[in-house]
Amino acid sequence: MRIRLERRLKPSRAAGILVPLISLILALAFGGLILLATGANPLVTYKAMAVGAFGSRYAISETLVKAIPLILCGLGVAVAFRMRFWNIGAEGQLAMGGFAAAWVALFLPGLLPDLPPKWLLPLMIVAGMLAGAVWGLIPALLRAFVGVNEVITTLMMNYIAILWIEYLFYGPWRDPKGYGFPGTAPFPQEAWLPRYPGTRVHLGLVFAIVAAIVLWLVLTRTKWGYEVRVIGENPRAARYAGISLWRNFLLVMLVSGALAGLAGVGEVAGISHRLQKGLTVGYGYTAIIVAWMGQLNPWGVVLVGILLAGLLVGGDQIQITMRLPAAVALVLQGAILFFMLGGVLFNQYRLRVDVGLRRRPVRPTLPAEGGES
Amino acid sequence: MTIALITSILWVTIRAGTSLLYATIGEILTERAGILNLGVEGIMIVGAVTGFAAAFHTKQVWVGVGVAMLAGAVMASIHAFLSVSLRAEQVVSGLALTIFGTGLANYLGQRLGPNGAPLVGMVGPKFTPVSLPGLADIPILGKSVFNQDVLTYATYLLVPLLWYFVNRTRPGLHLRAVGENPQTADAMGVHVAGIRYFYTIVGGMLIALGGAHLSLAYTPGWTEGLTAGRGWIAVALVIFATWDPVRAVVGAILFGGINAVQFRMQAAGTTIPAAFLNMLPYAFTIVVLVLITWWEGIRKRVGAPGALGLPYAREEKR
Repeated sequence: MRIRLERRLKPSRAAGILVPLISLILALAFGGLILLATGANPLVTYKAMAVGAFGSRYAISETLVKAIPLILCGLGVAVAFRMRFWNIGAEGQLAMGGFAAAWVALFLPGLLPDLPPKWLLPLMIVAGMLAGAVWGLIPALLRAFVGVNEVITTLMMNYIAILWIEYLFYGPWRDPKGYGFPGTAPFPQEAWLPRYPGTRVHLGLVFAIVAAIVLWLVLTRTKWGYEVRVIGENPRAARYAGISLWRNFLLVMLVSGALAGLAGVGEVAGISHRLQKGLTVGYGYTAIIVAWMGQLNPWGVVLVGILLAGLLVGGDQIQITMRLPAAVALVLQGAILFFMLGGVLFNQYRLRVDVGLRRRPVRPTLPAEGGES
Repeated sequence: MTIALITSILWVTIRAGTSLLYATIGEILTERAGILNLGVEGIMIVGAVTGFAAAFHTKQVWVGVGVAMLAGAVMASIHAFLSVSLRAEQVVSGLALTIFGTGLANYLGQRLGPNGAPLVGMVGPKFTPVSLPGLADIPILGKSVFNQDVLTYATYLLVPLLWYFVNRTRPGLHLRAVGENPQTADAMGVHVAGIRYFYTIVGGMLIALGGAHLSLAYTPGWTEGLTAGRGWIAVALVIFATWDPVRAVVGAILFGGINAVQFRMQAAGTTIPAAFLNMLPYAFTIVVLVLITWWEGIRKRVGAPGALGLPYAREEKR
């Protein structure tokens, strides 16, 4: 019997939908084995996670709260990945967005006493998006003009950004009335993003949806969106077609960083109302999975963002109710990505199993072929 | 500067550089076969937690080393399967390995202590520095270079052997051929897929050993986030080393040295905030990477294996 891979002439649409679903199921099965091996009951655990994430009005609202940064960062990562620019710096870009928004909220009213209070929030949003964009631009410049590997630079800049905001809220920006809690003083009320009554779901959700719509239009309906896709699929062809690589590196990273920066604004202005420990909890890394599992498609990112937010909220729940580490959620995320990666193959290839009923003609003059799959 | 200070900085430099060196040469082997494994951070941290857990429960450091390497082999074989057999996107597969590894290590760290309790804060067996008889009397070097633990001494032998293996032996030639030009290697009769599996897994074992050096020798014990980005620094060091195990030593010493200076300054009570000192290795990684990329670009030398990160399928022409 021989198993071979055969390239499909056209990518399979059915596989595009089935692969993420089957990956999720297989990842849950795989995660179940790890749970079993360490003495936890997988069925009970998963049920508790599902109830914790989607089982009540409160649970769903908390899932949406976490979906906001995941969707925004996921959209940013997806744009960059479409061009095969590997931005894994969403975490740092989010942190810098939070930092800039906090600076505006805490210090700008003091510097400009005549500033109308209603301007504060828009300025925070602009500042946060700018800061994220600048943080994303540095690796793009290095890649465009020196050719430096962006995987490493974007990642190293995460560590630097996180240490920078930690320095601020442990050090000079720490609230003197905070009883030693690592965080700044609370923002003035004008700097709070409006919330849906009775929940922590804030205006960021609207930003995320709008961003997805705009991005979808730009990527599918404009020349620039087309250029990004061509560069991702075939950089050499893009060059021959006169598409500027360096210009697009910079543009894509400005957009990508700004989206992650906006996520940071949402976290500080919508949730914590201050810059504090716990701003960087890994949304930027989970966003990579959101983007890939959503097949770099804005609508896919929105759907998967909500799904993976549920996984995170569920993970927090089992930590509280079953005293199991919330890291289970992270293990499952990694596992989902493995199965997705393996599964994407079936978009482009089909498996052909030769059972050996039809014998291949024997060619006695040639040496036997190797048994490679 | 006194002799004692130089000796102590050199001692810490080598100690801190060991885990980086293992991870870097592991990744060099992998990349030489044409497989880009960005899961170094994840493999290291899983190596650290499994190695420490095994050593803690069996009271044997060497069992810890063995288990860590086994865990590294399992992790790397996931990447090999996805990259070689399923021709998946290697960048994303490596990222998945890092995310998965970080989660798994945190999970295991909370479950593998005595009776399912967390491992954090447990004290287990560890490798201690041993001074080499005869060599210990050399000034400066005796108390630094020749006063290390067994895992560090092993690198003194491993690096030259590996250099010889890669550059001067027939299997080493096959390894390079597979990474540079798999089509030609295949035509030569070299089993491309097999070789890529083999070196990805061996590389993973070395990377995990680097993680185990952290939890069993450098900072004995387990805490979450123990590797603190060292895996990523190792990925950068591979580029710095231009895929040469001997130059990897220079990189490991450079970055080990930064750690040593950082400790010295903190111990001396500097006024520079700790956060800025902690940024040093990451900022330095970017600077070094920019300089080396620029320099290699000027010399028009491309150090990377020709087929790095590209899947190979015999039936498809490129």
